[in-house]
Amino acid sequence: MKKALPYIILVLLLCWHAVMFAQDRFPRPEFETDYVYPEHQMPTQRAPFWQYIDLAVLIGALIVTTWLALKKRSRQGLLWMSVFSLAYFGFYRQGCICSVGSVQNVSLALFNDGYTIPLTALLFFIIPLVFALLFGRVFCAGVCPLGAIQELTGFAPVKLPKTVDVVLASVPFVYLALAVLFSATNSTFLICRYDPFVGIFRLDAPYTMIIFGVLLLLAGIFVNRPYCRYLCPYGVLLNIFSRFAGKHLTITPAECTNCRLCEASCPYDAILPSNTEQVSEAPERSRKRFILYFLFIPLFAIAGGYLFKNLAPALSGVNSTVRLAREIRFEKESGIEAVTKSALAFKEAGQTEADLFAQEEFIINRFRKASPWAGIFLGIALGIGMVSLSIRRRRTEYKPDQGKCYSCGKCFKYCPIKVKSSNEV
Amino acid sequence: MAEEKNKYQSRRDFVSKAGKLIIAAPLIIIPVALAKKTETTGYVWQIDPFKCTTCGNCKTNCVMTPSASKCVHAYQMCGYCDLCGGYQRQGVKNISTAAENQLCPVGAIDREFVEEPYFQYTINEDLCDGCAKCVKGCGDFGNGSLYMQIKHDICVNCNDCSIARTCPSNAISRVPEGFSYIEKDKRKK
Ligand code: SF4
Ligand code: SF4
Ligand code: SF4
Ligand code: SF4
Ligand code: SF4
Repeated sequence: MKKALPYIILVLLLCWHAVMFAQDRFPRPEFETDYVYPEHQMPTQRAPFWQYIDLAVLIGALIVTTWLALKKRSRQGLLWMSVFSLAYFGFYRQGCICSVGSVQNVSLALFNDGYTIPLTALLFFIIPLVFALLFGRVFCAGVCPLGAIQELTGFAPVKLPKTVDVVLASVPFVYLALAVLFSATNSTFLICRYDPFVGIFRLDAPYTMIIFGVLLLLAGIFVNRPYCRYLCPYGVLLNIFSRFAGKHLTITPAECTNCRLCEASCPYDAILPSNTEQVSEAPERSRKRFILYFLFIPLFAIAGGYLFKNLAPALSGVNSTVRLAREIRFEKESGIEAVTKSALAFKEAGQTEADLFAQEEFIINRFRKASPWAGIFLGIALGIGMVSLSIRRRRTEYKPDQGKCYSCGKCFKYCPIKVKSSNEV
Repeated sequence: MAEEKNKYQSRRDFVSKAGKLIIAAPLIIIPVALAKKTETTGYVWQIDPFKCTTCGNCKTNCVMTPSASKCVHAYQMCGYCDLCGGYQRQGVKNISTAAENQLCPVGAIDREFVEEPYFQYTINEDLCDGCAKCVKGCGDFGNGSLYMQIKHDICVNCNDCSIARTCPSNAISRVPEGFSYIEKDKRKK
C-alpha cells in the first residue's frame, strides 16, 4: 500500500488536473431525456497469476531439461523440450518476459530509484544462472525460446575458421556491457530492441526485424545457433557460471576411450579433445607466461575504462532526451529548424530549453560515471580470456567445454560406449 | 611424483572451490540488493493523456497490428456537439456521416443522435488503429474528451514498449498493474 501511495496521489492529481484544466470549449450538455453516460471501456490484462504460472513452467522445464541432459541422456527428449519451450515461451507467451531481456530489468532496478523490479523478472534472471552453476547451460538446451528456434532449424552444420569464431564470440561481451550500461542509465532496452526472433513469435513486427530474424535463421541452418554464439548477452553470464558447474553433461556415459569418434560431432566447436599425446612444456615456463598474462589484466582494465570514458558523450546519444537536446541546440546554433517529431512535441509542450539542457547534462554525467565500468568489464574479460589461453590443461578424455557447451546432446550418439543399465535405472 | 601430482590436484580443487564461491556471490548479492526494490505485481505500459501530443507514432510503432493503443472517449467531458472536431474533417460544408467528411480514416467513430442538439460519439475499438487524428481534432477544436490509452487486452506488455521508445513527448511510462489506465475524467453523473 505504501508503495502504491505515490501512484494514488498521481492518479488523484491527474483527475484534479482533468477537472481544472479540461478545455471546456463547449459546455457539457444538460440532457432532458434520461440519458446515461456510457462506461469507459477499460479492459484488464491477463490475470496477474499467469506470471507465476510462467515461473512455474520455467522451473519445471529447467528440471526436466536437466534430467534429460545429464541423467537420461536423450537428444530426442531435449528436442521435444525445445519444441515445448518454443511453443509456450515463444509462440504462446510471445517472448516477454524472457531471461535474456531480464538482464536489463535487473540493471535498471539496481541503478535507478524510480523502478522497482517485478519479482518474476528477478527470478527469470536468477534461476537459469543458478541452474548453470549447478548443471551447466541446461537453460540453453531446452528452455530458452530463442535457443530452441535455432536448435530446431540447425540442419547442416559447417565449421567456421577458428579465428573468425574467436573474434565473433567477443561480440556478446560488448553487447552485454552496452545493454547493461544503457539500461542502467535508463536510456533504452537494447536487447529487446534488437531481439531478432520476438517478431517471428508474434508474427508481427517492423519488417526490418522480421528480415533480420529470418536471415539469422537461414544463416543458422549452416552456422548453428548464430544468435547464441555471437550475440546473446545472457549467454555470456551463462557461459561464466557454467564453467564452474558442479555437474555437467558428459559426452560419454562411462569412461572415455579416446576413440576420437565424437571429435567433430559438435556443431558449436565445444568439444575439448584429450591431449595426452602432446608433449607438455616445462611447468616453469608456463607458469612464467601465466604470471605475465595475469599482469596484463589490470592494464587491459585501465585501457578499457579509459576508452569508454572517452566514448561516454557518444554513447549518451542513445538517450532520447540527449538527442533532443542536441537537436534543439543545433537549431539554435545553425538556424536550421528542428523538425523531428520530438522537437515539435518539445516546442508544443512548452518546456524551457534551460530545463532540457540541464537534463541533458545530468544524463551525460551519468554516462561519464557509468561507462568506464563497462570498459573495465570488457578489459578484464579480455585479460582473463588471454590468461585462459595460456593455461594448458592436461586432459585424458574428450569432454565438453563447459562454457561453450549448450548441453544440446548432439554428441551423444557419436560415442560408441553404451551403458545399457543407465537408461533402465 | 605422486605427491607432486596430489599437491597439484589439491591446489586445483582449492582454486575451483574458491572460484565457485566467488561466482555464486552475485547470485546472492543481487537479490539481497534488490530485496527492497522488488514487487510481486508487475508493470504495464500506459499513456499519460496529458503529455500525449497525438503524433501518430502509436499507430505505426506498436508491435501489434492494429496497435494496442487506441482512442477512448471520456464521455463526461464531451460537449456532444453536432459539429465535432474529432469526428468531422475540418472545413466540411455540411455536417454529415458521409465517409469523405469523417476525420477518422477507418471510420471507427459512430455518431448517434441522443436528443436535440446532442450527438454521442462512440469509438469502435475493433476498427480503431490508433492514428490519434481524432484525438488531435478533439483537442484542437473540442473539449479534449478523446484521448489515447493502451488497451491491455491487446497489449502483450513488451519488456520495452516500442511505442514508448519512440514517443516524442515521453508520454508512455510503466505504471503498476493495479493502475493500468490513466483516465482523463472520473466525474460520475
Ligand atoms: S545462448 Fe542465449 S539465446 Fe542461446 S539458448 Fe542460451 S540464453 Fe538462449
Ligand atoms: S552437448 Fe555440448 S559438446 Fe555435445 S554437441 Fe551439444 S554443445 Fe557440443
Ligand atoms: S481517428 Fe485514428 S485514433 Fe481516432 S478512432 Fe479513428 S483510427 Fe482510432
Ligand atoms: S470534439 Fe471532442 S468534445 Fe467535441 S463533441 Fe467531438 S469528441 Fe466531444
Ligand atoms: S507494450 Fe508492446 S504491445 Fe503494448 S502498446 Fe507497447 S509496443 Fe504495443
